[in-house]
Amino acid sequence: MNEQKRLSVIKTPFLDALREIYPADRLLAGSVQALAYESDALTAFNARPQAVVLPETPDEVIETVRLCSREQIPFVARGSGTSLSGGSLPVAEGIVIALNRLNRIKRIDAETRVAVVEPGVINLDISRAAEPYGLYYAPDPSSQSICTIGGNLAFNSGGAHCLKYGMTSNHILGMTVVLADGEVVTLGSASLEGVGVGPDLVGLFVGSEGLFGIALEITVRLLPKPERYCTVMAAYDDLGTAGDAVAQVVASGLLPGAMEIMDRLAIKAAEAAVHAGYPPDAAAIVIVELEGETRQVDEEFKALQAVIQASGARHIHIAKDADERARIWKGRKSAFSAVGRLSPDYIVQDGVVPRGHLGHALTEINRLSREYGLEVANVFHAGDGNLHPLILFDGNQAGALERAEALAGEILRMCVALGGSITGEHGVGMEKKAYMTTMFNETDMDTMKAIRMQMDPGLIANRGKMFPGD
Amino acid sequence: MVKAIESCVHCGFCLAVCPTYNVLGEEMDSPRGRIYLMKSVLEGKIEQEDAQPYIDRCLGCTACVPACPSGVQYGELLIGYRGQSEAQRNRPLLDRVQRTMIRETLPYPDRFRLAAQAGRIGSLFEQALPEQMRAMIGLLPQQLPPAQPMPEIYPAKGPRRACVAFLSGCVQTVLAPDINHATLRVLAENGVETIIPRGQGCCGSMMMHIGETPLAQQLARKNLDVFPTDVDAIVTNAAGCGSGMHEYGLLFAHDPAEEQARAFAERVQDVTVFLDSLGFRPPQPLPQPMKVIYQDACHLLHAQGIQAPPRRLLGSVPNLTLLELNDGGLCCGSAGTYNLEQPEIAGELGRRKAERIIRLGADAVVSGNIGCLTQIRTHLEAKNQAIPLYHTIQLLDLAYHGAI
Repeated sequence: MNEQKRLSVIKTPFLDALREIYPADRLLAGSVQALAYESDALTAFNARPQAVVLPETPDEVIETVRLCSREQIPFVARGSGTSLSGGSLPVAEGIVIALNRLNRIKRIDAETRVAVVEPGVINLDISRAAEPYGLYYAPDPSSQSICTIGGNLAFNSGGAHCLKYGMTSNHILGMTVVLADGEVVTLGSASLEGVGVGPDLVGLFVGSEGLFGIALEITVRLLPKPERYCTVMAAYDDLGTAGDAVAQVVASGLLPGAMEIMDRLAIKAAEAAVHAGYPPDAAAIVIVELEGETRQVDEEFKALQAVIQASGARHIHIAKDADERARIWKGRKSAFSAVGRLSPDYIVQDGVVPRGHLGHALTEINRLSREYGLEVANVFHAGDGNLHPLILFDGNQAGALERAEALAGEILRMCVALGGSITGEHGVGMEKKAYMTTMFNETDMDTMKAIRMQMDPGLIANRGKMFPGD
Repeated sequence: MVKAIESCVHCGFCLAVCPTYNVLGEEMDSPRGRIYLMKSVLEGKIEQEDAQPYIDRCLGCTACVPACPSGVQYGELLIGYRGQSEAQRNRPLLDRVQRTMIRETLPYPDRFRLAAQAGRIGSLFEQALPEQMRAMIGLLPQQLPPAQPMPEIYPAKGPRRACVAFLSGCVQTVLAPDINHATLRVLAENGVETIIPRGQGCCGSMMMHIGETPLAQQLARKNLDVFPTDVDAIVTNAAGCGSGMHEYGLLFAHDPAEEQARAFAERVQDVTVFLDSLGFRPPQPLPQPMKVIYQDACHLLHAQGIQAPPRRLLGSVPNLTLLELNDGGLCCGSAGTYNLEQPEIAGELGRRKAERIIRLGADAVVSGNIGCLTQIRTHLEAKNQAIPLYHTIQLLDLAYHGAI
């Protein structure tokens, strides 16, 4: 019955053409199947696609995109659906190309330290495969156990350790992509040495949020695993002081692998989820991780200890072994979802402020939280000024969502006013497109739109994302 | 159920550990997807029967529960949902025949023995239900071991340190009666007297797992009546039984027996946990070094959080080296009656597990659940691998008696 209804909506020749590419078990057009794909990790938005296809080869993706281009049917590429900005939200009149079965690690070259992977490969699986060679893939989004490299590439994902090593864009050397019109092109290079000639097309494609096309094969950079980690947890009685401490570490010239802050609510949630051993009575903790060669880490630790002690920390704890380090990070990386234990609904924000303004920004968020009567949990990449305020609300209460959204808007405008950005790593997606014009002037917007029109005049690739009014 | 559904924030962290998602890579076959579908059914947005295939494909391994940062009690949700939907659904005739067979034979050792031994299952139904029945028959051993009746009391060796009541179980007593007898001997070696209450039967876990709630209650009630309360623990050597009996409070929610059921559940311990907390007396050294893979049973690792105790017991045996599969405790595909009802996915998971075991290489594979042992044996044999398999307690028993 639902199938019948569906057929009347989707153009039959199009569905028939899809059937020529995919066997029945890889073309999901039932209403229950479409329902399961209607949201990613941002459930405030939902849209049921006409069909979901599960390609198993790059050629199937290319054929599908060419078909969509010919018929002008919008498509959305999807990995594990962990986007926090609604980046992989389906388009109701289009299809979802789910890349989960394109998950082969095609090559690891330990000598040149690169890996060639398909877009559906899970972030952490690259590091697992590289481990025997003493190598790893550095960008570590909190969802790294499940998010795919294709999604990381599309949204230029960050992660705790991107402070020292840079975001996804710093780790993608080259790629083969199918553009929205079905053309297959190779961007960048297959080696570190080949990068730097001509325009940075890799840089243009990484972070384009799926608006240009789909990456089919990706060459990533691998790094040698650090010889030693030193994970320091400092407790503070005040969130603003913790923010200032981070600024002081940065000013001291130290460049830790990661530098994170969690406030009282975030600590409470994460502790309930994973028993990480965080101090339960602290107003905030700063997690600083030094990594590298043993001698260098020892030297840096001395300098770090002096800065932290002078910053007003109440208590300093150093992870005693690899297990404790793993627990500390597991707690941090589970924190967003763990907030689900404290509140039925929440909005995660992703604004960035210059690090010198961290203390001020946190104080301001605290003030806004009181003004709106909504609790805000803070857990974020302090080292690069990337805030993640989680605004807690109960969607069952009339007007609560609107109030939470208004508060989120104020925080984002504050970030821009302080010289920061509306997004650090989650992308614009659906969620922040209304704030693009707060950050960019008309000329900037026109330029971005012109580039997009050049690539995809029919707006079939991830339609409706990033640009307001689409 | 509503609470479990509401606490899901749709983050997707559960996808990484879900065996069906690992095999199929489809959102409907992930915990997040299933929660979304169950929610939509309960809200009346979709028909129960449309969502059913995906709910049926869940192994119930509950690997997603410890992986969930926001604390969704998926296991409780699944049991509740399956119980509710089973009562309302119309299964096809052949499915019903198989269900009836499962319901009427597995929980009853005498009937199961008869059915299995006489080969009646095969001859009567193989034509009618080729795929499912072949799976069912494929898991039966060529020849059943002779029945070994259990004593009423098994005394401690030396001074008595504790006294426990033991659940004999159902399927296991037919397929591998030695596991129970090994358990009695190992407990005795550790100064534990064991009472085997007469009149006990299947604990009902398997029926609870597949949504046959009334039958599960009926079976469990019998055990509530016959098990003594003045023992140090109610001990089981089957992961699924232990996990199911810990859910008795849930099974008897709003029933007059609820309090009795909760008290019973609190006394239940897996035999490895009991011995570990009692203070295990290590056996004599093995005559020669032995590399052993310990395969976590889902209903020990995920459902009960039992990871260290069995490893500590095995690790205490001199000359025994434990190897880790490092696959996050991914289900082997056995999952109660799953390998009977979903043979394709179960087979794929079994093959993957066998390949991993073969790659790692070991002198033996050990697990704390008869279902896992049966499944892994089937898939190792399919690859012509003759690696011996033991229940944890069997290996310890052999070590005590220098028989390995």
